[in-house]
Amino acid sequence: MAKSSKNIQPTLKFNIKYAPAPESVSAASINEQYNLFINGKFEKPLSKKYFDTINPATEKKIASVAEAGAADVDKAVKAARAAYNGHWGKMPAKERAKYIFRIARMIQERAREFAIIESLDGGKPIRESRDIDIPLAANHFFYYAGWADKLNYAFPNRNVSPLGVAGQIIPWNFPLLMAAWKIAPALACGNTVVLKPAETTPLTALKLAELIQDCDLPPGVVNIITGAGETGAALVNHPDIDKIAFTGSTEVGKIIQRATANTNKKLTLELGGKAANIIFEDAPIDQAVEGIINGIYFNQGHVCCAGSRLFVQESVYKEVLQKLKDRIATLIVGNPLDKNTDVGAINSKQQLQTIQKYIAIGKKEGAEMFESSCALPNKGFFCRPTLFTNVAQSSRIAQEEIFGPVLAIQTFRTDDEVIEKANNTPYGLSAGVWTNKGSRIFNITTRLRAGVVWANTYNKFDPVSPFGGYKESGFGREGGLHGLNAYVK
Amino acid sequence: MTERIDVLKTYKLYIGGQFPRTESGRYYAVKNANGKLIANMCLASRKDFRDAVVAARSAFSGWSGKSAFNRSQILYRIAEMMESRRTQLIDELLLLGYKSVDANNEVSAAIDRMVYYAGWCDKYQQVFSSVNPVASPHFNFSVPEPTGVVAIVASQQSALISLVSAIAPVIAGGNTCVVLAAEQLPLSAISFAEIIHSSDVPAGVVNILTGKVSELLKYFADHMDVNAIVTYQLTNQEMQLVKEKSALNVKRVVEYNAMNWLEDTAQSPYFITDVQEVKTTWHPIETVAAGKSGY
Repeated sequence: MAKSSKNIQPTLKFNIKYAPAPESVSAASINEQYNLFINGKFEKPLSKKYFDTINPATEKKIASVAEAGAADVDKAVKAARAAYNGHWGKMPAKERAKYIFRIARMIQERAREFAIIESLDGGKPIRESRDIDIPLAANHFFYYAGWADKLNYAFPNRNVSPLGVAGQIIPWNFPLLMAAWKIAPALACGNTVVLKPAETTPLTALKLAELIQDCDLPPGVVNIITGAGETGAALVNHPDIDKIAFTGSTEVGKIIQRATANTNKKLTLELGGKAANIIFEDAPIDQAVEGIINGIYFNQGHVCCAGSRLFVQESVYKEVLQKLKDRIATLIVGNPLDKNTDVGAINSKQQLQTIQKYIAIGKKEGAEMFESSCALPNKGFFCRPTLFTNVAQSSRIAQEEIFGPVLAIQTFRTDDEVIEKANNTPYGLSAGVWTNKGSRIFNITTRLRAGVVWANTYNKFDPVSPFGGYKESGFGREGGLHGLNAYVK
Repeated sequence: MTERIDVLKTYKLYIGGQFPRTESGRYYAVKNANGKLIANMCLASRKDFRDAVVAARSAFSGWSGKSAFNRSQILYRIAEMMESRRTQLIDELLLLGYKSVDANNEVSAAIDRMVYYAGWCDKYQQVFSSVNPVASPHFNFSVPEPTGVVAIVASQQSALISLVSAIAPVIAGGNTCVVLAAEQLPLSAISFAEIIHSSDVPAGVVNILTGKVSELLKYFADHMDVNAIVTYQLTNQEMQLVKEKSALNVKRVVEYNAMNWLEDTAQSPYFITDVQEVKTTWHPIETVAAGKSGY
């Protein structure tokens, strides 16, 4: 039974003012207009259409970006096919590897520029793009580069070959990193790709296209086309695609699974989640509270593996809640480019409305809401770090993915109870366990039906570490040795 | 001297460790090449399938929670029981119209295949797991885990070997399953169920139905509590139906074509991993000591 938490209020008054420490945007060069990256060149769209990408922290336009129509998609797929049948398919694997190494190195060289543009276009704190997104993207290319000429060691007693042309659709929450997760293993296994970044965050993918051009990667091996859902649908439905890799919502994932039903296209899906973060009474509470904060407020909660459901053992519920509320009060919400910022801008107006809708649902369903008292900027899309207590297992805020800085808290007494509750969702992407007892960690982590389980930590990522879900969180893995499987037959 | 009248066998379904008749009360006739009736088989219904999924789901935590070594012994026990009922299995194949030599070969191959997968139960995890050398101070490892309840539409190519080859890798990996036996060659499937039943396989781990693919396929594919569907040589149209319905709960769809069932190419640990998930676990490593630790 969840307890009322109205009497638990933040005890700390957070009055420390940090001087602004904004990252300079002058280190980034952004064109006014971007075309489609097809066959090694930036091409004007046959659709003749462009759309704006805006800075969600200011609502100001950054650049206009080409919208690929069906004819553009076809052009990109043809370029990828020609590259696959031509130079790329025939290239010795060790040479292929060197191109991928080259991409990794050049991302490292341009890391600062990528970080700035990632924060400008997507709203994430510069601290995160600088320290997490961009380095991980570079490392991902570096890791998979080395696999290219060693694939026989990854698949014992099996001779693998590439699939051909991969169509890849990525989300807006980790734009460059997701591009790396898709492109790096595909190229290492000898495929060529057509990648579509999300319509609200196309810029770092287009900067990656420039970088790929500068790396002298043979034309057509990587094609990057921008657009929204219709462009994605044209890519999914293109008859000359051998494989679709999609990261995004479960809703769209199901549409794609249905759309490819009458084809032999291989499919991997990395979809939504509603992760349980479980705190036992013997957990190191201060560390756990940091883990909860990182679990749900990292990247404004725009994380498919976010620890959006918190399960606290009853005996430590008050203590955890008190510390959590104290900690939330210290989170700095605001300008994504400020190096002090903890929580940046919500990625789009549409997403902000979705989050607000769920907050209203939570209240209506009888849960108790608490939010940070921080001031929000006048312009832009922002949301205070929020939590709900007294949440029922059946509540929509406990069952559905919100994809925002909103935490649903429940309590439990026994191991069996919390396992039952934690596994009781259609999702199965990730989970967290906090306890000082080693044997309990393994008991719980093995019983959680989720693809990634963090014990006494949360939201950690690494190129060597496979990532992906059980159940309706999708199938296939990205990262590590297991990530190769998605791009070979 | 009066000629003894044979006692004919009634073939029923196998659900949750019991042999019920179909709840629908329907049957279909299986005849031999001469058109003589061999048996009236249960024509399983949607409800039978749903009951079987309930049985498979409730058996899942027990079966997947058994030690791999224990599962290995149980699969080996199935092989032992098959060997002891060799004559019965051969006779049944003959009844279905097999030539004697083919019947012998198929039963031998089916027993050997079960032994093959019995051996894999506690080894595929080692082959397909990894310790991942992450850059931060964490111990990070990935292991295969069973996907859950698997619906199998068995091959129509043979009576026994294709059925055994379909079930063995699924249960070797800790999944539970509901199997639709070959429509016109179903006798061996039910006799195999009897073997399963006497081999220490917990009730509900293997459930076997007889019936029509055309009727049951859509229910196999759209059931919300089935995690994966494994099919053999379905038509393009049937596969489209399977994939469309599977999207309802993001079911894993595993599609196999015709195989040379008696050959070694029809067995592989990759058939086990086709119905496995990969779980990655992160553990922090204490960093108070002066030396760097990690993997």
